[in-house]
Amino acid sequence: MLETLLEPLQYSFMQRSLIVAIVVGIICAVVGSYLMVQRLALLGDAISHSVLPGLAIAYLMGANIFVGAFVAGIISTIFINLIRTRSNIKEDTAMGIVFSAFFALGITLITTIQKDTKIDLNHFLFGNILGVTAADVRDTLIIAFIVISVVVLLYKELLFYTFDKLGAQAVGLPVNLLDLGLMMLIGLTIVASLKAVGVILVLSLLITPAATAYLLVERLHQVMFLGVAIAVTASIAGMYLSYFYNLPSGPAIVLVTSGIFILAFLFSPGQGVFTHPPSNSGQIAILKELKGLILANRR
Amino acid sequence: MNGTAAIAINNLGVYYRTVEALHNISLEVLPGKVTGVFGPNGAGKSTLVKAMLGLIPVRVGTVLYDGQPLQNCLEKVAYVPQRSQIDWTYPVTVWDVVMMGRVRKTGWFRRFSTVSHRQGMEALAKVQMEAYKNRPIGQLSGGQQQRVFLARSLAQEADIFFFDEPFVGVDQKTENIIFNIFHELADLGKIILVINHDLGESITNFDELILLNKELVAVGDRKEVLQEENLYRAYGSKVTFFSEMSSHLAA
Ligand SMILES: Nc1ncnc2c1ncn2[C@@H]1O[C@H](COP(=O)(O)OP(=O)(O)O)[C@@H](O)[C@H]1O
Ligand SMILES: [Mg+2]
Repeated sequence: MLETLLEPLQYSFMQRSLIVAIVVGIICAVVGSYLMVQRLALLGDAISHSVLPGLAIAYLMGANIFVGAFVAGIISTIFINLIRTRSNIKEDTAMGIVFSAFFALGITLITTIQKDTKIDLNHFLFGNILGVTAADVRDTLIIAFIVISVVVLLYKELLFYTFDKLGAQAVGLPVNLLDLGLMMLIGLTIVASLKAVGVILVLSLLITPAATAYLLVERLHQVMFLGVAIAVTASIAGMYLSYFYNLPSGPAIVLVTSGIFILAFLFSPGQGVFTHPPSNSGQIAILKELKGLILANRR
Repeated sequence: MNGTAAIAINNLGVYYRTVEALHNISLEVLPGKVTGVFGPNGAGKSTLVKAMLGLIPVRVGTVLYDGQPLQNCLEKVAYVPQRSQIDWTYPVTVWDVVMMGRVRKTGWFRRFSTVSHRQGMEALAKVQMEAYKNRPIGQLSGGQQQRVFLARSLAQEADIFFFDEPFVGVDQKTENIIFNIFHELADLGKIILVINHDLGESITNFDELILLNKELVAVGDRKEVLQEENLYRAYGSKVTFFSEMSSHLAA
């Protein structure tokens, strides 16, 4: 058994990809907790899709693709805010407009340049964790160090700000700076995750571990710690599944994460569908839910 | 100077984009009094408080505290927003919320001191919520939630207190606890500004009233402000309000 588990680790590419998967899982769970409590899941999706043209342009110019992606993410949030503040268009609509436009531009650019270079659009969309280099590992570790340091150092201010923006502003906390800091954290985390899962699935790593932990514990730092534990478990399990059954790594990690969420959703002591039925009639909760759904559809 | 200065609002005007929300408001909020802000829905009560604190931009006018812009003295201000501004499903406990009152005093990159912990505990005891210290905020009744926010403002050791509709969805016990604390704070010379809309019996707990409807309708001592004519101008139609006479009979 142990031998089987150690087998993949003899390959240095597996070591590197495991490290990246774990580190990315950790920072996604932490930063994703902020996204979830602020109801900004869609923003995470918007930024992750928007970094694509930045990746392509950086690649063309021979610049660091992390930097390119980050710049594109920042520009997209600026556009989103511009549309939102200069018109009556709501934030989610603005996000939808900007991120789909950026995404389309990114796909166009990459498709154009991949004829002449050996890059692969699929690697950007779905990640290419088995292809991470030592430099990628280094960059990921640096980003993780920055993200975790900022969260630890600003924890009490960010808790106050994300819970009660007006209250935090009223005592004179620099809320615009805190907001900018959070956006930076989100951008950095997404950029660091691209190699592992790509732009399309990164949302799952951001949101699902945090949401799963939220079903089980009651304070933000507990959500973060449990989210990290869930993410690390899913990263390791996903990588092994992908190694032994020859599955794509990113989707394997996401599927394990989603599986853990389903377990928590059904069996959470506080809020589970099975453990915490909405009413105390004798019927099994899940059957009732189903019946409710069917009846609701008929109406 | 502690606790003796007033807040002076001069010619305050606030717009949301092109819509005027407050017009030419000038008044003083006195220390040592419990001041109520009354007016119909949409009168601009919340807007007034937000504009005073600089939470929304001010078109014209000044808000001074002790001769300085109030916005420069925010560390002395405790503000409890309207219930609807808070996400009650947020994963925080009562203790987490109370300790938010200590964030500014603690300063960047530091952990809460033992003094802060003691302040937090004392504040919780004052609103009779010690037993709920580790409860998630979402599992409390409306009155208990409001008391936790009051505790947060007490933990802040502020000189100026702003409460936006603290009595909405609150039980009688909580209302009594909150008013008692308001009066204690007033006796210490603090500034207490409370937005309310209920013209019922509880109005006798306020020393001063500000009656608002986009413009200032009346300000001053409660009995002077509570004239039928003022209420008519503020609320636009005949309103029934609590009469001081029957309160004396009941008491
Ligand atoms: N963020 C906002 N954007 C545009 N209009 C607003 C905004 N907030 C409040 N208003 C408008 O300003 C007026 C005053 O609102 P508010 O201060 O919340 O009233 P009150 O607290 O007295 O009920 C209302 O007409 C309201 O519709
Ligand atoms: Mg209001």
